[in-house]
Amino acid sequence: MLTKRIIPCLDVDHGRVVKGKKFQNIQDVADPVELGRYYSEQGADELVFYDITATYEDRDIFINIVEKVAEAIRIPFTIGGGISKVEDFRKVLMAGADKVSVNSSAVKNPQLIREAALKFGSQCVVLSIDAKRNHQGSWDVYVKGGRENTGIDAIAWAQRGQSLGAGEICINSIDTDGVKKGYDLELNKKLSELLTIPIIASGGAGKMQDFADVLKVGADAALAASVFHYKEILISDLKNYLHDQQIPVRRV
Amino acid sequence: MIAIVDYDVGNLKNVYTALGDVGLEGVITRDKKILDQAEAIILPGVGAFSDAMANLRKFDLIDALDANVKKGKFLLGICLGMQLLFDKSYEDGEFSGLSYIPGEIVKFTAPGIKIPHMGWNNLIINRESLLVKNISNEDYVYFVHSYYAVPADFNDVVAYAEYSVKVPGIVQRDNVIGMQFHPEKSSAVGLQLLKNFKEILS
Repeated sequence: MLTKRIIPCLDVDHGRVVKGKKFQNIQDVADPVELGRYYSEQGADELVFYDITATYEDRDIFINIVEKVAEAIRIPFTIGGGISKVEDFRKVLMAGADKVSVNSSAVKNPQLIREAALKFGSQCVVLSIDAKRNHQGSWDVYVKGGRENTGIDAIAWAQRGQSLGAGEICINSIDTDGVKKGYDLELNKKLSELLTIPIIASGGAGKMQDFADVLKVGADAALAASVFHYKEILISDLKNYLHDQQIPVRRV
Repeated sequence: MIAIVDYDVGNLKNVYTALGDVGLEGVITRDKKILDQAEAIILPGVGAFSDAMANLRKFDLIDALDANVKKGKFLLGICLGMQLLFDKSYEDGEFSGLSYIPGEIVKFTAPGIKIPHMGWNNLIINRESLLVKNISNEDYVYFVHSYYAVPADFNDVVAYAEYSVKVPGIVQRDNVIGMQFHPEKSSAVGLQLLKNFKEILS
């Protein structure tokens, strides 16, 4: 049976993981390779490395990290951050990444999704959407790290992304992100019903039940950062918990 | 030495690295002489079926593959590389494959399922083979594909996964082997499968 996926997300700045402490059993918690390996051993199903390096010149450091991760880790991983053209896709895929996630750049140029899907296959194109609830009871797409409202309907954008060739949608709810009170269940449920490609829920995980709730409304995967980095939840414990809730998961 | 066929269908380095994990030396190549010298051949691949076949033709590799398979050399197709082993595919049209294993490649059609079939699914053993030594029905591997194989003879299926239909995960017909999932991305289980492949070669 196809299992639901648990995906830790690591923010990388100048080649170092930004968040993360309380790890006693690995030597260098800021090393993306070490931390990635640790999560992989815990049973993470995939990893996301998000490059938050501000300057373009320093992007080569990140490509080097992608290569090192690919050499060290035998589970799929996605690269996001700073991807704005097909050439950027090529660079990280050739460095060993399995998928590439695009966000603001795809809003600016939706054809990027189609071009990348045609060139490298839909399976490696993840459309990441930052969504925030508006007063009309729907959700708007935000760009530039959640600072700018585009006025685009998030559900319509997700559907367009699917038809342009995205292989997966990562939906990050700005309302729930960082609050740790659970994922946006309504948004994830709606998208899961409307789309035929897999959905990754993001933003809001605080406790194990939050994962169970969003996976039960239809999300195919749940992404989280701080609960894993600060060791509030161990992936192995989470998998056991989800298994007890009759949610299919892969346990290692 | 294991030849990893380089025909412009994505990154092959991950396959190369995973072979290294089990002590197999891979060579990424499109040189026919190296295919002839290799102990076995791996045909990886992601993307569209018709593009992949077109590239095999463009690099004039089909005759070399045919000859080596006929000689009895082991050929392992991974993901799209496995699909190419069959007679034909209905991905965006109708295209001929390498015809080493009788059967066709068709799209998932069941209502309500997410496509691609993406993520970790368990292998259910269909028949005995050294390929699934130390593999149980509780072992998960990483799949990502929208089309799947329908072999003419289901006995060519060594192991399958359930996803609305029985999805062939490992196929084998004599010296021709296919894995629909990515062993190089399937953690310890993937490694075990590559180890088994190595044992078959020795």
